[in-house]
Amino acid sequence: MTELKSWLLAENPDSRAQASLGRAYLGWRRFFCNPLAMIGFVIVTALLLMAIFAPYIAPEGITSGLTGAELKEHRFQPPSAEHWFGTDGQANDIFSRIVMGSRITLIIVGIVIFTAPILGFIIGTVSGYFGGWIDVVLMRITDVFLAFPKLVLALALAAALGRGLESAIFAIAITSWPAYARLARAETLTIRKTDYLAAARLQGAGHWRLISGHIMPLCLSSLIVRVTLDMAGIILTAAGLGFLGLGAQPPTPEWGAMIAEGRDYILSYWWLATFPGLAIFVVALGFNFLGDGLRDVLDPKSGGQH
Amino acid sequence: MTTPTTKGGFLAVFFSTFYSKRAKPLIHFLSMLIMTFIGLLMLTFVIGRMMPTDPVIAVIGDKAPEELYEKTYKEMGLDKPIVVQFVYYLGGVLQGDLGTSVRTANLVTEDILNYFPATLELATLATIFGVLLGVPIGVLAAVKQNKWPDYLVRFFGLIGHSAPIFWLAMMGIVLFYQHLDWVAAPEGRLSVMYEYTLPKVTNMVLIDTMLAGDWDAFKDAFAHIILPASLLSYYSIAYLSRMTRSFMLDQLKQEYVITARVKGVSETAIIWRHALGNAWVPLITVIALTYATLLEGSVLTEIVFSWPGLGRYITDGLLAADMNAVLGGTIVVGLVFILLNLTSDLLYKVFDPRAR
Repeated sequence: MTELKSWLLAENPDSRAQASLGRAYLGWRRFFCNPLAMIGFVIVTALLLMAIFAPYIAPEGITSGLTGAELKEHRFQPPSAEHWFGTDGQANDIFSRIVMGSRITLIIVGIVIFTAPILGFIIGTVSGYFGGWIDVVLMRITDVFLAFPKLVLALALAAALGRGLESAIFAIAITSWPAYARLARAETLTIRKTDYLAAARLQGAGHWRLISGHIMPLCLSSLIVRVTLDMAGIILTAAGLGFLGLGAQPPTPEWGAMIAEGRDYILSYWWLATFPGLAIFVVALGFNFLGDGLRDVLDPKSGGQH
Repeated sequence: MTTPTTKGGFLAVFFSTFYSKRAKPLIHFLSMLIMTFIGLLMLTFVIGRMMPTDPVIAVIGDKAPEELYEKTYKEMGLDKPIVVQFVYYLGGVLQGDLGTSVRTANLVTEDILNYFPATLELATLATIFGVLLGVPIGVLAAVKQNKWPDYLVRFFGLIGHSAPIFWLAMMGIVLFYQHLDWVAAPEGRLSVMYEYTLPKVTNMVLIDTMLAGDWDAFKDAFAHIILPASLLSYYSIAYLSRMTRSFMLDQLKQEYVITARVKGVSETAIIWRHALGNAWVPLITVIALTYATLLEGSVLTEIVFSWPGLGRYITDGLLAADMNAVLGGTIVVGLVFILLNLTSDLLYKVFDPRAR
């Protein structure tokens, strides 16, 4: 063990692999020394596991399928040993619905973080690399999008595209790329004039090779931090759209929509809205903690400053 | 400014007059404002066209004869190229014509004038709370950097960024209304007994009740607004305290602080007068941004508190497929948001000589 450690932390690494592994090890250690980051890591891992094994964890299905007298008897049950988080107006087990709903939350976050940042990333690096009129045009478009109110715009878009999960995802993605474009451009500007880039250019590398092979990898770490910190915001916006009835439609167990269902009963049956909200809160908090910890590791410039 | 000597000197003078250092931020502000606003209108225009409903049938109904359909179709300019249609739309919006609401049967502009003050009142109060609490908390965190007050502020901020506001609002209602009975019922801005006697002047109840000198009504209005405004302000407190902390840390590292210490200026004066005095410059821009975000954030809060504001107007319109109302509301919120956003940018350039 000590041998491995000294190999990882060698002052004069023999190979590139050893050097990068050593760096990864140091980052890993810093990350694990941060208790909040660890809590975030645990929450996010738990969410992933919960989503993967949802059908095995959930004691009941999304809907109870009860009708008539049975429905009347079993609905609005307070939390108990049988129904941990109680039942809702359709006698559905709220705990099961929250577990199944974790999949929807992950789908939304997953699609948004694989579309918006990539689009913003490409626009930002191209804009910063080429400069000139390309930069002016792209950045003006970005500014225009950046100045829009996100939620209201997502609301109008989701309304026009029809209610549903897809519209909500599209609306969130289309309103969140500009921030990444700005970030990627700023990073590109700082490395555009560096010597190693000039060296690569002298060796005959073309524009796209320079951008994709030399600029993008360097912008990646700050982008990852930003995306992780934004995930909480994405979850909250998605929940907001769900709450307004514009996201996933019932009986889909989307957490925001579940809170909306519980709104009418908040003074008599508090558990309907409380537990889905708690789920959103815990997951968003987890992503925030994780993002904060990642920033300290990947982005030492701003560590602990903001 | 130099005297032009070459040909085309007139243009040079013309531009240099307009592009003098002082006017540059203003020119940028105006051009960004116009561009962003046209961008916003383009988007609302496209969204309006994406609707699956036929706009002609929405006006005349599906029982109307063919000729009437043709006539209305032409009258609405739908046979013109899309660019021309957009110009018509642009002209209409600039004249304050946002169409008629299907749900309320009023002009959307009139409706918005009725609903907007309620949102404005809520967001303004929340911003005031945010500044009064967020700034001192941020200063405290910066002074006690990496000690427990600092961690507490960071933690408190992260929680504020993680809880959905509509859920927090519902929890607040259960605690402060149902159990503690400290605030009024979450049903609008006033109790029914005052609702119809209050003369409407500004349509902001706190101000209207004050103007009327009706202190019982004022108390009632305050009991209604205090919970939504406090919950909304949680977000601005969290954000403002974090930004204040970071600006103060920057200032406290500066050499003038050391000089002041050497000269024997008291620590209180250094922190509150010297450092905070300079931190206000970037803070003003952040406050303007917060205000914009709160206007938007109030959409969700309004739903929970049955607050008759713009957010409620938009969402009610959504549920009734009242597209004019939705787009009109979006344009107004968007315009205010853009204005505040760009104003914060302008203020920064005006107050900070280095940014010119």
